[in-house]
Amino acid sequence: MTVQREIVATPTLPQDLAANPVLSRWVTVHSDGTIDVRVGKVELGQGILTALAQIAAEELGVDIEQVRMPPANTARGPNEGQTSGSMSIIHSGSAVRAACAQVRAKFAAEAARGWDVDPDRVTVRQGVFRCDERAVSYGELAGLVDLDVAADPGAPLTSGDRSVLVGMSAARLDLPDKIAGRPRYIHDLALPGQLSGRVLRPPSPEARLLRVDESRLADLDVRLVRDGSFVGVVGADEAETMRAVKVLGDATTWEESDSLPDEDDLSAFLRSGPHETVEVLTPEGPEPEGRTISATYSRPFLAHGSMAPSCGIARWNDDGTLSVWSHSQGIHGLRAAIAQALDIDAERIEVEHAENAGCYGHNGADDAAFDAVLLAREVPGRPVQVQWSRQDELAWSPLASAMTADVRAVVDESGSVLSWRYDVWSQGHTSRPGYLGVPGLLAGAYLEQPWSYPAPGDPPAAAGAGTVRNGVPIYDFPDRGVTGHRLLETPIRTSAMRALGAYMNVFAIESFMDELALSAGADPLEYRLRHLGDARARSVLEAAARSAGWETPMEEGVGLGLGFARYKDKGAYCAVIAEVEAESDIRLRRLTIAVDVGRVVNPDGVRNQIEGGATQAASWTLKERVRFDRRRITSDDWESYPILRFSEAPEVFVEIVETPGAPSVGAGEAAQGPTAAAIANAVAAAIGVRVRDLPLTADAVVAAIEAAEG
Amino acid sequence: MTQAFELTVNGEHVRIETHPDTSLLHALRNDLGLKGTRFGCGLGLCGACFVRMDGQVVAACDTPMWSAEGRSVVTVEGLEPGEGLHRVQQALLDEQAAQCGFCVSGIIVNAATLLDTNPDADEATVVQALDRNLCRCGVQRRVVRAVLKARCEGPCHVTPEDAE
Ligand code: FES
Ligand code: FES
Repeated sequence: MTVQREIVATPTLPQDLAANPVLSRWVTVHSDGTIDVRVGKVELGQGILTALAQIAAEELGVDIEQVRMPPANTARGPNEGQTSGSMSIIHSGSAVRAACAQVRAKFAAEAARGWDVDPDRVTVRQGVFRCDERAVSYGELAGLVDLDVAADPGAPLTSGDRSVLVGMSAARLDLPDKIAGRPRYIHDLALPGQLSGRVLRPPSPEARLLRVDESRLADLDVRLVRDGSFVGVVGADEAETMRAVKVLGDATTWEESDSLPDEDDLSAFLRSGPHETVEVLTPEGPEPEGRTISATYSRPFLAHGSMAPSCGIARWNDDGTLSVWSHSQGIHGLRAAIAQALDIDAERIEVEHAENAGCYGHNGADDAAFDAVLLAREVPGRPVQVQWSRQDELAWSPLASAMTADVRAVVDESGSVLSWRYDVWSQGHTSRPGYLGVPGLLAGAYLEQPWSYPAPGDPPAAAGAGTVRNGVPIYDFPDRGVTGHRLLETPIRTSAMRALGAYMNVFAIESFMDELALSAGADPLEYRLRHLGDARARSVLEAAARSAGWETPMEEGVGLGLGFARYKDKGAYCAVIAEVEAESDIRLRRLTIAVDVGRVVNPDGVRNQIEGGATQAASWTLKERVRFDRRRITSDDWESYPILRFSEAPEVFVEIVETPGAPSVGAGEAAQGPTAAAIANAVAAAIGVRVRDLPLTADAVVAAIEAAEG
Repeated sequence: MTQAFELTVNGEHVRIETHPDTSLLHALRNDLGLKGTRFGCGLGLCGACFVRMDGQVVAACDTPMWSAEGRSVVTVEGLEPGEGLHRVQQALLDEQAAQCGFCVSGIIVNAATLLDTNPDADEATVVQALDRNLCRCGVQRRVVRAVLKARCEGPCHVTPEDAE
């Protein structure tokens, strides 16, 4: 069962408003003047709610302080699907803009009616409608205006004022609480009567529970919950449930088997098939004659590594309904998946979003919510909060797939590309709840009546694809072939993580562009521009080069490297220049970034997202690799899965290149791929050796040097 | 098997009945309702749960209650006596030096402790102190800039080398 949204044929309304046309779903005006704006998008640490509040305030003609953004809720707010893929600001922003414009028009009309004047003469500023000497506020009109009506497809999509708030850097609405240390996250919720729950994950993915020695728990004040190989405890005291789950580890007997591939030969695993083959670009004929250059690149499995382990809360209510609190990216999808997994009516389930630490894709959030649902079923009427451990978070959340790619080009005498062939192998990049026709919730696979899960899939091309996202180079090559190969059988659960396949594809394409430039004896920037007609692309590349001092000669052992892409082919343009010092170790000194996101809603928000995205991509590129043996994931803490530290974080400079009039696009995922390529290219520039397999650790560099000398 | 423990938290004397192995983190969060100290790993490896104990920055997740008896603990909520924010908190807010913000409580406790004892700490010292704190959203450089700004009372200019 997937969540199907009815497509309403009102092309003049933004898609999310057309799907949720009743205005009161979006906006409630209270008599004290505060205005609730409900959206289906959720705060993942990216500042989306602040950006949407800014848009709402601008359209309503109120100060941003007057706007409240309640958490997304399946029962009360609009359904806007997932918060992912950098599309939130596009979809939700235009819906909020249109809905708020209509609300404002209704209030202005009511004011005009009261004064018996033409509505066109009524203005609104700071929440007060005025005409001549008369004035009335939103709050005073609240009882008189009915918002339980459908949005008018013929109404203007915006009030059309000059942007006052949009384009300014509004301070994030959620940061005062977070910086003061006030309760704000799902971990901090303490509902009346709340109990604590812990789940004992199996020792390995294929393990099946044979026996539980319940007597071992006799001294502990907890209740044991078991359903097949799913086992956990519930109790009043969190510290006690933590002790209990430890004891439970020793009190359980499991049957285990080896199921994982050889971590040292992931390329063979990814290429072994069976595959689904996706021809993105089919070449028109055989490759031309000429000099042929080829290379193979790879990246390992990666973990989300959110700073907060996943958490979920559930309560089975006395009337048979179920309440769930989750930091899911898609509360409606989660609701449908829980309903399917337990064969209950989705209408009886209400899911409310609760914030957690930064989320970079489909992590363990939904799984933790389902754990809570299963444990809470044993204690009706009581909310149960399930807290994952760090080890479970790193070993049991869906991973980002390992990938490998072959690139081949035929070039003319000047070294310019005559033909381009690209093949990429990967597991699928999504197994979100409900996506593959199954609930997709971790615990479901371990129940007495288990769900079996198909191999991860890929989003359709219209949604940006997965394995082949950004697989098509932006350059004007005369003859191109691009093919994706998605693995159809795998024991490893992978799903969406920031940028999906784009991180690897851009790393491979842009690394190879540098290899081609080198073999043509050309400057990498000039070589790219030579193949690049897109004017916005050119100005972003040139802006990055200018601010990084691309022409400046570097000292010995220091290199500059360039990486560039337009995210998802139609999103943000982003050029990254890395400055790397490579001596005994690799030190990433600086990232200089130019980005074009179209119309800028919140410049500091864009900068923060790009800085954060690039820094995280630097961590993936320089350090990260999920480790496993043939049975289980072994990189389950911050020592075995190291990430970038303060002393390793590069200085990041972000320049926003404005393209007036171009629609806004998201910034959150634009820098991932270009950053990886820029670092690899900078290392090659610094020491003359190319590393094609991530991560780019000191060991990998030594291995590459040895291979080159080999 | 519970026992009573007496300690000082944010200047107030408290008495907590719990198991001696319960971590200070869980006692703060669940028994005292001080949720500002966050659970990030429970292994002493990420810094999300940092508190100040008798002047030292320690991982509350790694501090069993039996070892907290009689100690004086300061959490992110108690860094600034009375209302208002500690200057490190204010600087983080001014610089918008957070994304999800989950890591910042521990960072603030660590940086505030550093500046309270070494008000002139230079950039290298700040970075070195914060190397015990992880941040997954990638706001490290913003945080360092903010902490350097917080060093000075009143109007303050970061030196060019610091801003580098
Ligand atoms: S939660 Fe204590 S160091 Fe991570
Ligand atoms: S701001 Fe999210 S972990 Fe640091």
